[in-house]
This record gives sequence, structure tokens and C-alpha cells, in this order.
Amino acid sequence: MDLIVDGFRQAIALMLGLDRELLRVTWLSLQVSGSATFLSLLIGIPLGTFLALNRFPGRHLVISLVNTGMGLPPVVVGLFVTIMLWRNGPLGLLHLLYTPMAMVIAQCIIAAPIVTGLTLAAMQSLNPRLRLQLLALGASRWQMLWLLVREARLPLLAAVMAGFGGVISEIGASMMVGGNILGQTRVLTTATVMETSKGNFALAIALSIVLLLLVYAINLFLTHIQQQGRAP
Amino acid sequence: MNPPPSATAKRNGPALQATGLVVHLGGRFVLEVPSLAVERGEVLAIIGPNGSGKSTLLQALALLVPLTSGELYFEGESVHPGSDLVALRRRMAVVFQEPLLLNMSVRENVTMGLRLRGLSQSQVACRADFWLQRFGIASLAMRHARALSGGEAQRASLARAFALEPEVLFLDEPFAALDAPTRAELIESLVTVLRETGVTTVFVTHDRNEALALGHRVGVLMDGRLRQLDRPEVVFGAPVDLEVAAFVGMETVLPGRVLAQEESLALVQVSGSRVEVVSDLPPGREVLVCLRPEDVTLHAPHNGGPSSSARNRLRGRVSRLSPRGALVAVTVECGFPLVATVTRRSALDMALSLGQQVDVTFKASAAHLIPR
Repeated sequence: MDLIVDGFRQAIALMLGLDRELLRVTWLSLQVSGSATFLSLLIGIPLGTFLALNRFPGRHLVISLVNTGMGLPPVVVGLFVTIMLWRNGPLGLLHLLYTPMAMVIAQCIIAAPIVTGLTLAAMQSLNPRLRLQLLALGASRWQMLWLLVREARLPLLAAVMAGFGGVISEIGASMMVGGNILGQTRVLTTATVMETSKGNFALAIALSIVLLLLVYAINLFLTHIQQQGRAP
Repeated sequence: MNPPPSATAKRNGPALQATGLVVHLGGRFVLEVPSLAVERGEVLAIIGPNGSGKSTLLQALALLVPLTSGELYFEGESVHPGSDLVALRRRMAVVFQEPLLLNMSVRENVTMGLRLRGLSQSQVACRADFWLQRFGIASLAMRHARALSGGEAQRASLARAFALEPEVLFLDEPFAALDAPTRAELIESLVTVLRETGVTTVFVTHDRNEALALGHRVGVLMDGRLRQLDRPEVVFGAPVDLEVAAFVGMETVLPGRVLAQEESLALVQVSGSRVEVVSDLPPGREVLVCLRPEDVTLHAPHNGGPSSSARNRLRGRVSRLSPRGALVAVTVECGFPLVATVTRRSALDMALSLGQQVDVTFKASAAHLIPR
């Protein structure tokens, strides 16, 4: 019991004292997961929209692949990204392994199917006749796509939240492709694992609390935007 | 019936013309219309049962569904695969059965089509104000579209279409989802606006009364084919075949044979009775005698007094009474069943009961013969 109480007391002290290491780890987490989410939106929203609006042979196959991807184990992603970026691997020349960039790539691979799948669902939840109405209103193809995405903005924000939540709390891939290098690739989750294994419960607890607060703050922000867009 | 508005047109020829129009959807035959012209300034009502291809016809004419084959001319201009469909669609407007408003304010919805066309802010505002006012929803302009009732939403959808000042307006069952009082109100608004603007309109409905209220001409579409296209009184008074007759509300359809023909009056043998019908069909022809229930009247039986030549009088017994809204449909068995509608009030006054003897009359001009 003492352990926990002590841990919390020290954690609060670290946070209030704006511990440099804590800040650096938090900032890197935000940067890596934020970039990965952003990239996954660039891939997932167009892909999900395409899958929702078009019929082509093999569409079901692609959709089931996306759905499988939504539950992709980060460790598996970490393994394959590591192999690809390995010094002698196909992309070894880029020297990306154990850099934040490698973590962004891995996290993007984790988030993209989540964003794609939820975008697909969001676009399919729109009235299919809306497309016809938009064309009838004189919308060009791009105007129509923009208005459809705009119509689906509430469920699309849920896709953003799910994508970000998925990667900021992920550990397996970050550990494998980042290496948890102090000052370079150490993020909240990898640091928490390490401190816990060293018996540094206070720091581990502080890191967890920061992680939770961070996820909460981001979701609060997105929820606020989302609910503002709702009808009274 | 409103007469077609006099030449509001700048050019001659029909606004829309289709020849050899065939549409298959998902490999399935939906529509085949060898020839159809929508005259400038007219309201063309297309009626037909559900699944007859009405909506597909409308969407094909509105350039929303690709033709499997056939040719389409819009204002004399041929529409072909290379045409700039967006530019052509921007000269049209469509209102669907559902209001299909976007998740934004009423005003933003009404201005959407104009903003897609890149019109100037002042033009957009001016037209939006006018049409919001015209459809009685100016006070709802700032309301969110999702907060509207069904009738208000459909008004917004109509305002959005009229604000585009289209050359051709397409209406796809715009009232089907509304309750009866709202529908009546909205039809009235629409009749007025259509008369004022004189816009060329294609109006699709399964409701015969809406077609009668709005159409200068009525087309009957069944199983993807246009069976009849004519003035409303012709379509409703002289349907070309049995199916059209049944759809436009000819409830009594009896097989018979023309016995004699004199001065456009045919004497027709129907079962054991003879009736006179205005028709030019020659003696010997097998025909179907069609009668609308509202054209048949009931009388207490009386003897003597020869029936006038233009009026058929038959005696029978009431075999069925079925309430139908404010009316009662009375089936009278007079060698063959004849359906008449009377108001509930007159049903009470006549104390109609099953088995009661009554006389039915109908004018020779009210009946219609379809040759077989």
C-alpha cells in the first residue's frame, strides 16, 4: 500500500516540478503519435471514402483486410517494420531503425486501418441518396466528396480519436523499432515499461498518469469539436 | 387543369427530348422509352405503380443515371458521353422524396447549390431570401436543418431547387413522405409557384390526384414502358389498356361487345344488359367497358320513366359496402358488378344495406371503351 501512496506522492512532485525527462518523453510521444495519426488520416480517409463509394471486384476482400488490420497486433507491425528497416533489409539504406521516424512509420501502419475502417463505416452511414442529391445540385466530383466528408464529420472525428488512442498507448512496435533510447526514442509507454522493470514505481506511475491525462485531454478536445457540430 | 403557360421560351423545340432511351441497372432491364419530349414550360406528370421505373426515368433525364442506349437532347443540345455533365446539371434542379438536407442551417442548405456554382455573395443572398420567403420558411432560415419537421424540410428542399432558377425542374415524389394536411398545403404552394415561374417540370408520382393537380400532360409508366402520354382528361378518361385503366382508377372494367354504332354512340352488350357508350368503335368489336366509381350514381329504384338516351340506367342489388375515407364504395350486382362511390351522408340517407335493390346510372360519356 505504501508503495502506491509513495509512488503517487513522488509522481505528483515530478509533474508539478516539470521534470525535464518527463517533459521530453511526453513531448516525443505527442510528436510521434500525432504525426502518425495525421499520416494515417491522409491514407485512411481517402481510402475509406473510396471503399465506401465505389463497387469493384475484390472490394469485399479489401474491406475484410482493412477490418483485420483494425486489430493488427503492434508487435507484429514492429517485427515487420524492423525487418524492413534492418541494416541489411530492403530499406536499410535509409538508416531509419531506432529513430522517431521509424516509430512514426510503425504507428502509422497501426492507425491507418483503424482510420480507414471507421471512415468506411462513417461514409456508409450516410444516406446513399445524398450523393445523387449533391450531383443534382450541380456538385463536381470533388465538391461532392468534400461535402460527403463534411457530412460524416462527427463519426470521422471518432475515427481520429480511435486512431490516436490506438497509437499513443501502443508499446510493442515503438519498443522494437524505436529501441527506447534515452533522449531519442523514449516515449511514455516504453519509459513506463522500463521504469517498472527497474522498480522505479514513482516515475512509472507519473508516466502513466501523464499518458492518461494526455489521452483524456486530446479526446476532450476532439469531443468538444464533435459535439459542437451537433444539432441543438 | 391549368393551360400550359404561353411561350415563356426563348428557343423553339422541346426542353428535353429522349429517343430510344434504354436503361439497365446492375444488368437488369429497368426502362425503355422509344420517344419522349418534354415541352418547354409544361408540367409533365409521370405516374405509375412502385417499381415501374418512374424514378429511373427522372434520373436518366436529369443526367444522374447513365443511359444504356439512346439519345438525349437538352435544349436541343445532344448529351453524349463526352458532355460536361456537371455544367448541364447546373441548369437543372431535382427534388427527391426525402428532403436530403445537409447537416447545416436551412439558409446554408438553400444557398448550397448557388455556392457550388460560384455565384457572388450578393446574388446568393438575394435569391435565398426570395425563395425562403416564397416557401414560407424565412423565419426558419437560421434553424439547423435537422431541427425541421418533414413538411418544413421539404419546403427547404423545394426552395433550394427553385433558388437555382433551373431550366428544367425534376420532382421525384416530393410529397410521398408527408402527412395528408402537410401534403395538401405544399401542393398548393407548388401549384402557385409553378404557374408563376412557368418552369419546365417533370413530376414523378404514384398519386393520381397529384398528377391531376399539377400535370399539363400525364404519362403512365408501367414495367419500364410508357404506356400512354396525353392530356390528363384523356389518360384518366380514356386509358389505352386494361392495366392503365386499373391504375388510373377505373374500378369497373367489364367485357362486352359492340352491337350497334350510331353517331358516335355505341350500344354495347355487357352480360345480360345493354349500355350506351360514347365511342366510334364499329359493331362486332370486343371491348372492355371502363367506369370510374365517382361517375356512377345510385338512385332509389323507381319504375317507368324511360332513361334518357345519354344516360344508362341499370337495376341491381347492393352486394358489398366498403368504407373509403369520407366515401363509401358500393358494389351493385346487376348481372355484373358495378362499383360506385357515394358520400357517407348519402349512404345514410339512402339507408344502403346489403341485398337492397337500387338503380345505378352513368352517362354514356362517362364510360370508356378499350378495344380488345
